[in-house]
Amino acid sequence: MKDIKALQDIATQVRRDILRMVHAAQSGHPGGPLGCADLFTALYFRVMKHNPSPFSMDGKGEDLFFLSNGHLSAGWYSVLARSGYFDKGELGSFRKIDTRLQGHPATEEGLPGVRVASGSLGQGLSVANGAALAKKLNNDPHTVYCLMGDGEQQEGQIWEAAMFAAGRKIDNIIGIVDYNGQQIDGAVDDVMPLGDLHAKWEAFGWKVLTMDGNKMEDVLDTLAQAKASCGQQQPVVILMHTEMGYGVDFMMGTHEWHGKPPNDEQFEKAMANFDETLGDY
Amino acid sequence: MKTYTFEEKKDTRSGFGLGLLDVARKNPDVVGLCADLTGSLKMNDFQKEFPDRFFQVGIAEANMMGIAAGLTIGGKIPYTGTFANFSTGRVYDQIRQSIAYSEKNVKICASHAGLTLGEDGATHQMLEDIGMMRMLPNMSVVVPCDHNQTRLAAAAIAAHQGPVYLRFGRPKVPNFTSLEENFEIGKAISLNAGGDVSIFATGHLVWEAIEAGKQLHEEGIEADIINVHTIKPLDAESIIQSVAKTGCAVSAEEHQLHGGLGDAIAHLLASEQPTPMQMVGVRDRFGESGKPHELMEKYGLGAKNIVQAAKEVMKRK
Repeated sequence: MKDIKALQDIATQVRRDILRMVHAAQSGHPGGPLGCADLFTALYFRVMKHNPSPFSMDGKGEDLFFLSNGHLSAGWYSVLARSGYFDKGELGSFRKIDTRLQGHPATEEGLPGVRVASGSLGQGLSVANGAALAKKLNNDPHTVYCLMGDGEQQEGQIWEAAMFAAGRKIDNIIGIVDYNGQQIDGAVDDVMPLGDLHAKWEAFGWKVLTMDGNKMEDVLDTLAQAKASCGQQQPVVILMHTEMGYGVDFMMGTHEWHGKPPNDEQFEKAMANFDETLGDY
Repeated sequence: MKTYTFEEKKDTRSGFGLGLLDVARKNPDVVGLCADLTGSLKMNDFQKEFPDRFFQVGIAEANMMGIAAGLTIGGKIPYTGTFANFSTGRVYDQIRQSIAYSEKNVKICASHAGLTLGEDGATHQMLEDIGMMRMLPNMSVVVPCDHNQTRLAAAAIAAHQGPVYLRFGRPKVPNFTSLEENFEIGKAISLNAGGDVSIFATGHLVWEAIEAGKQLHEEGIEADIINVHTIKPLDAESIIQSVAKTGCAVSAEEHQLHGGLGDAIAHLLASEQPTPMQMVGVRDRFGESGKPHELMEKYGLGAKNIVQAAKEVMKRK
């Protein structure tokens, strides 16, 4: 068990990794994964039971994580590497030719830790439903986690999957919505308002929790609460309030850094926000 | 000309239902999903016998494809069932990303393909599915010709590791193949040996090809007839060997000419063995309401159209 400070140190290093990967590739999405670095860290270094090596595609006897909003790949790859799925040196190949670290997560190149491709939005919760059903068929008592974006809630398939999970009482799944209020074209409320998202998920039959996704204590407490709520004939979703670009002063409070790499000068400024806690890759 | 007989006409979808049961009884990892068309897909018996392995997903095909992909993570072999239209065009991106690109062991089982769905009309008469599915890397495309062969194919695809598109239909058609036959994905079946013209047919058009072969034989033309039940991977060896012997080819399918069996064969022959070819299929138009046999007649998908194509292509040798 790692204490809060240790987890925060990991999250800080994950944020350095994200910036260095996106800067080196001069392409990618820094804003979303910076906001979700605390969640990624909590899941992979505290909450989930998982076996990084050797990686098993079937994941029997493990908790599973699905990244539906695949453009958060840089952050996910960082925690996968740093929790032992592959060498952290490989992070430097992000988005480059012949890499296993594709722009959006994929299985074809055999990157350990990735179980399905994602990037085209709205599909992850359906896949997580299937994986959760397989766990039930296999009498495997572990939990399936699925992270989605808030802009992604505009996809109809999300609500097909939401209806199914509640209707079929899939109670070994925990959905998490990265509720940062931003998407590519601007604020979610301007692009296509989600309305009362809390009430929508409740109306679809899910138990709804909320948390501050940038406060490690709250992340751990709420994930524990969600876990404790599993097995009660009802799926659980966490509306996770985060700040897109969290930790980088000039990247917060705007949608501008959804899918744009920093230039050299911006990169230096951004990196000054984070100590090298675990050692850069 | 070899003689083919049948005792009764049967629908290929019922063959699917039986094949699914056959394989499910042997392999406990086989699971079924359906989007509110259990009766139409003949999945009721599976549902009754294996209620814990059957998932009704409602009218939500996109979700069904994702769930199927997820079920493979954990070792299941999911069979999804809905009409060909809702199995492909409606969910193309879900299949592309979550199944084909992700190399998931999902069996996409599509009924009511083609014009022979009949009265429901063009919205439901999927004629582009073979093309869409065969364009996807990692995807295999299987189109059996009758009830018995669909039963064998439905069971055989479980043993094939990787995504498969299995296409069948609604109407009752001559059930002339034997359950004792060996059905191997990617291995075409020779129905008649002849030296004058090759006829490559798939699905419901295989019986029409046999009928055409009989008529041609009466006129002194011996057709080399091959049932190409797997469009991808295509049995290149059988096809090239046949045209090396005959020097001309006809393809026949209940599908658009764009993207279908004829297209696949033309692609192969153009690069390996340039050969005059005529194609029987739907010519870049949508279907319409009508009885199956009326539609096949109107759209030129019968034995007489194959005969005519054979005679024309022989002149081009």
